[in-house]
Amino acid sequence: MFRRTEPTDCMIEWDGRALPACAGEPLAVALLAAGVTHFRETAVSGTARGPLCLMGACFDCLVQVEGEANVQACMVMVRPGLRAGPQHGVRGL
Amino acid sequence: MTDDAFDIAVLGGGMLGSAIGWGCAAAGARVAVLDEGDVALRAARGNFGLVWSQGKGDGMPPYAAWTRRSLAAWPALAERVSGLAGRDVGYRPVGGLVFCLGEAELSERRQTVQRLHNQGQDGVQVLDRAQLQALMPHCPLGPEVTGASYQPADGHADPLTLLRGFKAGLLAAGAAMLNGASVTSIVRDDRGFVVTRSDGSQVRAGKIVIAGGLGTPALAAQVGLAVPVRPVRGQNIVTERLAPLLPLPASAIRQTTDGTIQIGVTSEDDGSDAPLTRSEDLAGMAARAVRVLPDLARARIIRTWGALRPMTPDGFPAYAQSDSHPGAFVAVCHSAVTLAAVHAGPLAQGILAGALPDSLAALHPRRLEGMTGHVPAH
Amino acid sequence: MAAAVAARGQGLSVLLLDENPAPGGQVFRALDRRPPKDAQDRRGADLLAAFRASGAEAHQGAVLWAVEDGPRVFWSQNGAAQSASPGRLILAPGATERPLPIPGWTLPGVMSVGAAQIALKTAGLVPEGCVWIAGQGPLMWLYAAQALRQGGRIAGIIDLAPPDAEMRALRHPLGLLRGMDYLARGLAWKAAVKRAGVPVFAATDVAAEGEGRLDAVMFDGRHEAADLLLLHDGVVPNTQVTRAIIGCRHLWDQGQACWKPVLDAWGQTSIPGVLVAGDSGGIGGATAAALSGTLAALEAARQMGRLSAEQRDALATPARLSRARHLAVRPLLDALFPPRPMGAVADATILCRCEEVTAGRVREAVALGCLGANQLKAFTRAGMGACQGRVCGPAVQGAIAAARGVSGAEVEPFRTRFPTKPLTLGELAALAG
Repeated sequence: MFRRTEPTDCMIEWDGRALPACAGEPLAVALLAAGVTHFRETAVSGTARGPLCLMGACFDCLVQVEGEANVQACMVMVRPGLRAGPQHGVRGL
Repeated sequence: MTDDAFDIAVLGGGMLGSAIGWGCAAAGARVAVLDEGDVALRAARGNFGLVWSQGKGDGMPPYAAWTRRSLAAWPALAERVSGLAGRDVGYRPVGGLVFCLGEAELSERRQTVQRLHNQGQDGVQVLDRAQLQALMPHCPLGPEVTGASYQPADGHADPLTLLRGFKAGLLAAGAAMLNGASVTSIVRDDRGFVVTRSDGSQVRAGKIVIAGGLGTPALAAQVGLAVPVRPVRGQNIVTERLAPLLPLPASAIRQTTDGTIQIGVTSEDDGSDAPLTRSEDLAGMAARAVRVLPDLARARIIRTWGALRPMTPDGFPAYAQSDSHPGAFVAVCHSAVTLAAVHAGPLAQGILAGALPDSLAALHPRRLEGMTGHVPAH
Repeated sequence: MAAAVAARGQGLSVLLLDENPAPGGQVFRALDRRPPKDAQDRRGADLLAAFRASGAEAHQGAVLWAVEDGPRVFWSQNGAAQSASPGRLILAPGATERPLPIPGWTLPGVMSVGAAQIALKTAGLVPEGCVWIAGQGPLMWLYAAQALRQGGRIAGIIDLAPPDAEMRALRHPLGLLRGMDYLARGLAWKAAVKRAGVPVFAATDVAAEGEGRLDAVMFDGRHEAADLLLLHDGVVPNTQVTRAIIGCRHLWDQGQACWKPVLDAWGQTSIPGVLVAGDSGGIGGATAAALSGTLAALEAARQMGRLSAEQRDALATPARLSRARHLAVRPLLDALFPPRPMGAVADATILCRCEEVTAGRVREAVALGCLGANQLKAFTRAGMGACQGRVCGPAVQGAIAAARGVSGAEVEPFRTRFPTKPLTLGELAALAG
């Protein structure tokens, strides 16, 4: 899918597993670099989705970040130790 | 371009016009529903979705009775229209609340409920905080919530599905849906009515129903009826979809069948017909909603809109048949979801029979003569 | 950035609100964290340096969500809503990619070419494995050339551009002449792709296949394994904010099948105090965008009494001439890459991704009497989801127009409303009182 051409410099956590990443890159890009395309299941039908645009327009890259639901992964920048996971359908409050 | 004569031409394809039109078409009449374009000044996409009797007709018992009659007929309507829409209209008669913050609001609400009891509306109760919380155990109330008034017979539905159901029903019954032009003139001759439109077309019908919402005054004047109506804006907020948390609707907060939380509703009577939203007003609505249900603070706003209610000076509906133009009817209200059942039922039947139900006499617009002043939406 | 630099040059105080962590938009994305890779990057680096030196007050991670009378702007930063009342507002939200709805385009593993470019620019990701590109337009070839130059591998390109390009090009001789450098670059990109041995297939139809994830791409009867499919059908102005300003007039651009704000020569909208610069006012490309930013700032300076009209004109002449030259190629590009017709999208294909509304449902709603996108939204929920029509707008517009048999100009687009980006109820509530 994708291959990194720059070295990574930190680790993040995705769905319980550790993934390498670069501080300051978009979370969505870090996930794609690690081969992750399944970011969420939709609230409408439970269908698997991943990012489309990576620029904050499509809202398909919604994930959970540090316990907050429905966050656009393309608008969150990686910091070392960031914890994130898939958005499973509709969020609760 | 002249169409063959219809039995009924409904001028206005919003919630009210569509309900009346469908009621007539389902009874076998040849119906045409005339509507404007995509961005006409519409109330019928701004409905909050309440099916509500609480507080209705305060000071106008015939309206309270008309409302109760509609609630009683709503379950049957919901079943029929869900079938037509191919989707559940989402009617949930789970009760309805008006939240109170602080002692003063609760005390004022008690007085209002007492007055309603005195008018025969005894289905409304006042709940204290504990009783209220018991109705919604998984939805913590904010610390300032003192209680609420509660009408167990009330509820809510999905207004857009309802409207779509009416449209589908009209199509299925062979009604003509004539969209994309406004009415320029209404003329009565010995064969009935000729309605001319902005695209040059003409529609001929034995009877007409003016259901033009905010366009009512100009159209009604053409058939000798004075029906003052002005736009009263209500701003709405809708959130992202959420897991079920609010089991019954309140007058200003409800959770829809899609899981979104809908918050209303301001009542702005500034003469403007701009369907706009203002951050200052929205902030106030959001602030109150969060005071009532603090968990909502984390919910994201996806959309806002400013709905324009067609409001008569006293806030009650107006129904009439023209004396100077018999066969021309007018209907206007701001609770077209609640009243959908009676509009599709006895009102449509009355129109077909040539006479409105006697129970609507008090709602004739002649009562509005000389009335000014703003009445808060209810 | 260009508008900020020019405004500062006239002594105006400037507040810049940018959603991203650093300036640069999409074309110059992450230039603060990576070395410039080509001539365009170097121009971007120069602009970034000029911006940094200009004294403009830059707020990054600032998400604009409302524009009201005044103008008054509202935005969110670090979870808190704020507002400001500038003398003039210059909106420059850029462009979004036109959607390319194909069967299976919602599968994980299907993204836009623009997204792949962002992955390249923000993290140096190059394509590898079974990567296919499908669509048409300059950005597709630019990305392919960029990715290959940086060591990426592409399995194949499916070119959906209509085949009679040369004939249509000949109808725009001026565009050909004045846009020579654009065309030369386009040919160079195509040559690079060819040199790298990437197979290119002319096709009319594409579909993505897979269970829960992209597995394969189908085109004109062929079936190829794929783990990434990048789609592109041109870019359209991002009018989400301008359409939410009540009374802000827009017009339909037939060649690009998109709505854009009505602007005068300087970028002034029909709303006093609000100007638009860049691709969001009409697609012109990065260089033209920067030039229009300069022009908008000079006009804002004139409106605020810092310049006379004559002074403004004198200062603006080089930018105006240059911009005209860069825009000259656009009609030719529009003719070469006409947007794909939405009438041809299969009934079962999703148009509104957020609410999962298919083209068939859209057509049913038109049959029920929906004349435009707003009635259709009410009946189908298309456009009601999180993206508020940003992605599906052009597709829904096109599908309604095709179903009605009218031009896109006669189909009302989705009304947008503030907030144009989500904020929490709590954040909005904090603004009260």
